[in-house]
Amino acid sequence: MEFPKDLKYTKEHEWVKVDGSIATVGITDYAQDSLGDVVYVELPPEGGSVTKNEPFGVVESVKAVSDLYSPISGSVAEVNDAIIDSPEVINEDPYGDAWMIRVEINSPHDLSDLLSADEYQKYIEEEK
Amino acid sequence: MPVQYSGVIDEHLAVRGACGLFDVSHMGEVEVSGKGALKAVHALMTNDIDRAVDGQCLYTLLCYPDGGVVDDCIVYRFNDERFLFCVNASNTEKAFEWIKANSKGALVENLSPEYAQLALQGPRSVEALRGLLDIDPATIKRFHFMMGELLGSIEAIISRTGYTGEDGFEIYLPPSDAAAAWDAIMEAGKAYGIKPIGLGARDTLRLEMGYPLYGHELSAEITPIEAGLKKYVRFGRGFIGEEVLRKQAEEGVKKTLIGFKMKDPGIPRAGYGIMMEGKAAGMVTSGTLSPSLNIGIGMGYVDGALKGAEIDVMIRNRAARAIIAKPPFYPEAKAEPYLKKAAV
Repeated sequence: MEFPKDLKYTKEHEWVKVDGSIATVGITDYAQDSLGDVVYVELPPEGGSVTKNEPFGVVESVKAVSDLYSPISGSVAEVNDAIIDSPEVINEDPYGDAWMIRVEINSPHDLSDLLSADEYQKYIEEEK
Repeated sequence: MPVQYSGVIDEHLAVRGACGLFDVSHMGEVEVSGKGALKAVHALMTNDIDRAVDGQCLYTLLCYPDGGVVDDCIVYRFNDERFLFCVNASNTEKAFEWIKANSKGALVENLSPEYAQLALQGPRSVEALRGLLDIDPATIKRFHFMMGELLGSIEAIISRTGYTGEDGFEIYLPPSDAAAAWDAIMEAGKAYGIKPIGLGARDTLRLEMGYPLYGHELSAEITPIEAGLKKYVRFGRGFIGEEVLRKQAEEGVKKTLIGFKMKDPGIPRAGYGIMMEGKAAGMVTSGTLSPSLNIGIGMGYVDGALKGAEIDVMIRNRAARAIIAKPPFYPEAKAEPYLKKAAV
């Protein structure tokens, strides 16, 4: 299982990649593995807003449905429509092609409580 | 039994297209034997055990006097004085107590600890199993069973039954032999595309067939008539719950189990609301994405008469359109072909 060092993580199993004022958000390898075959994704519209720790979408596998929680507050700059048509990409490449949304961050302060790769890895080992 | 091995969709399609092996040792087994056994079985079963000859088995419901379901199970008829009930794992203790309370002098034993159970399901099951048995599995007809010797030494009940809608076998054997049997079947099945199957695919497979699951479509508050299982209820024998069920069969029921296929995107799940003509009308009891059809399918109860051919399923507070459809949802898996296959 992979935990790229250049990403930040949440306890709800999302990852964040920060590039200037833009944060790219997706779900972790651990999340896709626990869900199993992802078959359906709901994402917010471009231009919509997301709020830290609030649901911004839904990811659904054959066996379960799960809310996606936003790691930051901001406005949705870009949505990855490709994964709506091919949700299986979430299983195949959770940190790459299966990014979900890009968010214009309201406040960099939101990033301060996100987990590092090591902290997240430790967290899921304790959760198991 | 894990939720999944290689993935629910992959496992599901293996069973539809080739074969898959399930460890269903969690299922319960209750034996009713001795004098009074036939009488007890008649009183307990909604289905008529006299429709089965020795070596045959039947699907049936066990009901309370008010018609609510104790459990649904398969009853194996060895002879007039020996019957084996294969019951749901979570209902084993309850079903055992119920059968014992209505034993009419017969001996009732909970043999669950003495049986492991492997289910080999899928169109290539006969081929996968053939080399491991002292009998030709193809000679066992659908809903019949034989005593067989697995791997030359393991005494097992080989039953041509299943919970998937595919051809296949349920094999009852001593727990101490289960691991060896599992390994041997997986090895022999390699040439026939066998895969190990988990709980997730067990649910999608049964749901494509519209088979009820206790705790979802069936409970002590639901009768077999409400659940659309009238064909497994044989009146005129004085079984427990018969009066209530007869009345419902004659006068109609207040709630009905329906099956449906999603027209809009989204996957129905147990607990979601069902709307008819814009009004709350019931609740989804089971739902999933159908791996064979690649659309959402489900079952649920609606109150009163059906209005129209469509419903709305409330998926996260949004109405998603669905068409009422009678299962099986997976047409290629209807029951008829098995007897033809068995006769070859």
